[in-house]
Amino acid sequence: MAVDLNNIKPDITHDATGTFCPIPITELAKVMKQAKKGQVVELLADDEGAIQDVPAWCETTGNEFLGYKEEDGVLVFYVKKTQD
Amino acid sequence: MKKIKAVALYSGGLDSTLAIKLVQNQGIDVLAVHFYTGFCITETKRRRGEKKPDGTHYMNPALKYAAKYGFKLEIVDISDEYFDIIQNPKYGYGANINPCIDCRAFMYKKAKEIMEREGAHFIVSGEVLNQRPMSQHLKAMKIIEREAGVEGLVVKPLSAKVLPPTIPEEKGWIDRNKLEGIVGRSRKRQLQLAKELGIDEFEQPAGGCCYLTDENFARKYKEAVSIQGFITRDDLYLLTVGRHFRLDTGTKVIVSRNEGEGNFIKGLRKNYWYFEPIGKGAVAIAKPIEDRPLTEEEIKQIANIVARYCKTDEEGKINIKYTSPETDLLTESKEGIILGKKPEETLLENWRI
Repeated sequence: MAVDLNNIKPDITHDATGTFCPIPITELAKVMKQAKKGQVVELLADDEGAIQDVPAWCETTGNEFLGYKEEDGVLVFYVKKTQD
Repeated sequence: MKKIKAVALYSGGLDSTLAIKLVQNQGIDVLAVHFYTGFCITETKRRRGEKKPDGTHYMNPALKYAAKYGFKLEIVDISDEYFDIIQNPKYGYGANINPCIDCRAFMYKKAKEIMEREGAHFIVSGEVLNQRPMSQHLKAMKIIEREAGVEGLVVKPLSAKVLPPTIPEEKGWIDRNKLEGIVGRSRKRQLQLAKELGIDEFEQPAGGCCYLTDENFARKYKEAVSIQGFITRDDLYLLTVGRHFRLDTGTKVIVSRNEGEGNFIKGLRKNYWYFEPIGKGAVAIAKPIEDRPLTEEEIKQIANIVARYCKTDEEGKINIKYTSPETDLLTESKEGIILGKKPEETLLENWRI
């Protein structure tokens, strides 16, 4: 099922711009820990490699990768927490 | 019986991948843990804008292979504490500046915390007996485990049969007979095992993410500590970028080697003295040891160094623009244009670190 990324209302937003692999991922992990099951986390990053990293991280943790978009040179990722 | 759980130190390299597979194959639940120490090669490559020949980005090996082989992974940021360890390792440095013993002990300590938090029973490590001279012989293993308070709790599946039985083996949580007895540097058995366990892709050579074992890095690090007496975190990160020079006055000069480094160095121009050619070529930053502005002589020398890596005229000259750091509020800001001329190679080599 395709998700309309422009209509997602994230529960938590975290800015990891200016950092490089693996920091965007360690930051995402910290924020995801605070999130509750079912909540959506929005992660901002400008390390282009995060396009590979975030889906891979979701795979290793079992969280749902909803997609990403680019806004003014910043990558915006959406991840849904699927378990407590 | 309750499900047996283990926490595995995971670099993404072949050894730790095989170790996890061997443990998983005994029906044990494994959480792979990867530590970000702040000395990560992938991070440096990404920061410099380097890509693989096929245009894709370099990936942290742990993340890449955990996803590929379906391992549960946790990446733990230990960079703050780790910076203190590398400055002052209790057991000294290895061949380069890797504080192997202290580093392993610290990682085991952290792994033990995670083990307790997860209700796991033991720790898994991909270490192979005597594979490397410094930390991987028996004596060092013992010191490391005692230091970390994990004695008897670390299973090393690749060498288990040649090591004393651990608590998990004695208690029957894991079957020692199904583990390996690898010794030494030959990778033959690992490669065979990879085939048997369906590991068809791995880091070549064996993974790892740490550049403290890199000779060039170690040389620059030792030089910086001996001249400056200390090193900041920013200094450390800069050791991974560019060509490094030390002027006779002690001032450090870093010149970009490629476009990616050029962009990275340019991004730091507000914090340092910054040099760029009017034309094509490398850019540079400079930092005096003491808190003082650069002298005219130094500015000239740096412009000459930069000229060496620029497209100059037939006489080896090019105009170089320079600016002082913006962060320094006490001294007046300074900028100008100076004619740089390629220096004699012997002079340049004198300054090169």
